[in-house]
Amino acid sequence: MTPLEARARRWGGAFGRTGLLMFFVSFLAFPFYWMLITTFKTTQDLHDITNNPYLFNDPPTLHHLVVLFEDTQYLQWLANTGLVGLAVVAITLLLALPAGYALARMTGAWAQTLGVAIFLTYLVPPTILFVPFSRIIAALGLQDSLWSLVLVYPSFTVPFCSWLLMGFFKAIPRDLEEAAMVDGLSRLGAFLKVVMPISLAGVLTAVIFTFTLVTQEFVYGVTFITSSASYTVSVGVPTFLVRGDVYFWGSMMGACLIASVPIAIVYNLFVDRFVAGFTVGAGK
Amino acid sequence: MLRPAPKDKSAARGGFFARMADDERWLWRFMLAPAVLYIVALVGVPFILSLYYSLSNVTVASRETQFVGLENFSRILDSPTFWRALRNTLIFTVLSQAVVLVLANALAIALSADFRGKWFVRFLILLPWVAPISLGSIGWLWIYDSIYSVINWTARAAGLLGPAEWPIWLGQPNLAMTSIIIVQVWRMLPLATVIILAGLSSIPQDIHDAAAVDGAGFWRHLIQITFPLVMPIMLVALLFGVVFTFTDMIVVFVLTRGGPYDTTQVLATWAYFTGIQGGDLAGGAAISLFLFPVLVAGAVLILRLARRAEIAA
Amino acid sequence: MATVEARGVSKYFDDVHAVDGIDLVAREGEFLALLGPSGCGKTTLMRIIAGLERPTAGDVVIDGEVVTDLPPRARNVAMVFQSYALYPHLSVAKNISFPLRALGTERGEIARKVGWAARMFGIEHLLARKPRQLSGGERQRVALARAVVREPVVFLLDEPLSNLDAKLRNAARDELKQFQRHLGTTTIYVTHDQAEAMGLGDRIAVLNHGKVCQIGTPQEIYGRPVDVFVATFIGSPPMNLVEEEDIWLGFRPEAFLPRQVERSEGSVEFPFRVTRVEYLGAERLVYGVIEGRASDAHVISKLPTNVRADITPGERHVFVVRSRDIDRFDRQSGRRIDGGAP
Ligand SMILES: Nc1ncnc2c1ncn2[C@@H]1O[C@H](COP(=O)(O)OP(=O)(O)OP(=O)(O)O)[C@@H](O)[C@H]1O
Ligand SMILES: [Mg+2]
Repeated sequence: MTPLEARARRWGGAFGRTGLLMFFVSFLAFPFYWMLITTFKTTQDLHDITNNPYLFNDPPTLHHLVVLFEDTQYLQWLANTGLVGLAVVAITLLLALPAGYALARMTGAWAQTLGVAIFLTYLVPPTILFVPFSRIIAALGLQDSLWSLVLVYPSFTVPFCSWLLMGFFKAIPRDLEEAAMVDGLSRLGAFLKVVMPISLAGVLTAVIFTFTLVTQEFVYGVTFITSSASYTVSVGVPTFLVRGDVYFWGSMMGACLIASVPIAIVYNLFVDRFVAGFTVGAGK
Repeated sequence: MLRPAPKDKSAARGGFFARMADDERWLWRFMLAPAVLYIVALVGVPFILSLYYSLSNVTVASRETQFVGLENFSRILDSPTFWRALRNTLIFTVLSQAVVLVLANALAIALSADFRGKWFVRFLILLPWVAPISLGSIGWLWIYDSIYSVINWTARAAGLLGPAEWPIWLGQPNLAMTSIIIVQVWRMLPLATVIILAGLSSIPQDIHDAAAVDGAGFWRHLIQITFPLVMPIMLVALLFGVVFTFTDMIVVFVLTRGGPYDTTQVLATWAYFTGIQGGDLAGGAAISLFLFPVLVAGAVLILRLARRAEIAA
Repeated sequence: MATVEARGVSKYFDDVHAVDGIDLVAREGEFLALLGPSGCGKTTLMRIIAGLERPTAGDVVIDGEVVTDLPPRARNVAMVFQSYALYPHLSVAKNISFPLRALGTERGEIARKVGWAARMFGIEHLLARKPRQLSGGERQRVALARAVVREPVVFLLDEPLSNLDAKLRNAARDELKQFQRHLGTTTIYVTHDQAEAMGLGDRIAVLNHGKVCQIGTPQEIYGRPVDVFVATFIGSPPMNLVEEEDIWLGFRPEAFLPRQVERSEGSVEFPFRVTRVEYLGAERLVYGVIEGRASDAHVISKLPTNVRADITPGERHVFVVRSRDIDRFDRQSGRRIDGGAP
């Protein structure tokens, strides 16, 4: 290979990569870009098939957002989502922190089996369980109540977070707790006073994931909740706003965007840990 | 800040709670019990109940239920909708995951190099996975709109569409299936990419260097070095993708509700429409149980992979 | 100050007998070194004494009281881990005061004791730092300060020097010995480095396969090893063994000398074919084979450099060992045979 050829190849490679990335970015991010444009276009502009849809043929407008916040229960849905999220985070931490720690420190073959079993329950999809759940929720008198979601969502956040936190706790040297025990604490005391402070990053990660998993959940929401005042965002927008024959596209796109982007940004900061959770033990 | 430890030794010995806090076996049981009980109560019990429903004639309205044996299953197996839904589910899963696998590898390799603004590109690429999928699907609903579809407008502007042609993406049977597969690919691609990317970055640089010194070109390097090394992690990505896709209903539910004429009906949506909207709990439970074998197969394979990786490590 | 006693202590992990019936007493104020090859159960024994591990059988007695059922915190022992186990989220000062706060000591007292311990190890200027901002040697001092601050009855040290480089290790060994003398606290010290054990220990307990092989002063251990294992484990190069009928003859390399150097009466002669000579500065190591026996025995001689005898590889020489420098071991059991030796 001559130097010239080598340079040509390098340039070719760089171009190829750039082209590839541009293709993927436009495919993957386009819907969000489209939501953004649509949110600020006037209805006439949206509904004129001769207009170039990529351009603002009329000046941008806030009309759709005003409609969204004033004429729908969007704010209520946001609040519901936040409420359910917080409650589920609390329950999840309460259950998953001790469980993750025990899984990390127990010895013996069945400790590991139990850990994997707990993780696998995360894979059990709502679509297998929603039928019996609909009955259980009705029997408990929780149908159409946010509490039904608070009750059910930990069934997938607890397995995932136990697994995640187990990984974090395993990374903490046992010596530290043993030193603390020799220094005068019980095993429980060592967990609370030495392990917990060191694991704050892990706890934060678990909080973020729990919250985002809750905001993304759809199937249980659409199964248990029937009145619009109790919808969460991810259920309310697709079921309530799409129901009529008239689609308020501008408002809907705004609603999607406003709920998605903050979640996406926060989630993005932690997504590597999420991936690590999936790939534990699968690397070489 | 720290509570005083018991001063004398007898205090440490006595007291149920103190004893438990020290005896590891009890402590572990105590710490695990809440989570395990919760999971058993909220996954195990409904699952058993689902099995029971599928063998009964329970409906939303019914007061007392009777055991009907395998009647629900034979009814389902006789229904043409079932076979159509099963076929759709398989097509939906296999095609979307095949495409995801190919694209994710290409994307992961393109992303594995360092370049400026990488974090932003990564952010954009991850958006479909990190944003709530039900909302992302709404965006596609608008993109696929029967009158105002931006795809059609662009195609026509580019001269690809004749004056009489105007595909209705979600309204024509074959197009509808293609459309939901595209959205599923869009949604699963980011996760598969980052998982494979994690696999790529776990290959030691030494190995790449050795291959370069040994004179391997781009393709030889890719096929003989990189692919074999990321294979286990790629399989993990694939298995999760298959399990998620096979059992999921959100994309279909939001975009087509199974239509037109059940051509995009998958098992999960059919179970929903039968069991929840139709009130036939027994039928819905029986349908959803058909998802279970795939779930078990996926889980077993994942376990095997993890175990093999452990032995090798 | 206290005595520490292990009475028939065993610990089995499934079928691994990590500790296998150990009886051991550390006397009041004594510096007892536990020495043994890797995996012989030193750490496990130490953890049993600290209460971090429950023995399968046997009892731990501290100061005459059976403490087997007590959790670590109720035993008033201090332990320094190989990794030092400093709490990464706490400053050095907080690390040192941790045991005191766990005890509920009052504040003024804590400050006083932390100051005292920090001064003892010369780390006053580090008190505000976090452990990750310390060097290896500084970490080790902080760990020691944390161990002494509560004035425990026993120090348990598990290879506290193994993370330091060679030079620092020598200095630290010296300091360790001094502060132990100064405090007079009973100390059990785990190591697999014999030089450390010989240099530090008032007595040494040699462990192998979870059992105590020998306890004694460094001189006893080196001079009168009770069995073949101790004989070959201690000393470098190890003791030479030559078979003779149903016993082993054992002698130290430095006792194996050329005829022309060692002329005293009562010596045993060996025909020695030299294969290789290593020059190490202060001494020469001579490798070779003792001939004229049922099987060839490979042995080593260690000659101080001031022994100028000409030794050439490939040639035969006559080497001797004084009879009283020869240890005899039973070939079946490996035990020392005392009878008959002068
Ligand atoms: N928790 C455990 N589970 C199973 N086996 C163990 C456990 N801890 C120790 N062992 C085994 O017990 C034996 C003694 O281990 P120990 O750590 O006491 O050795 P050691 O003398 O400290 O060795 P080293 O000098 O390498 O530190 C080893 O064979 C080890 O594999
Ligand atoms: Mg050890």
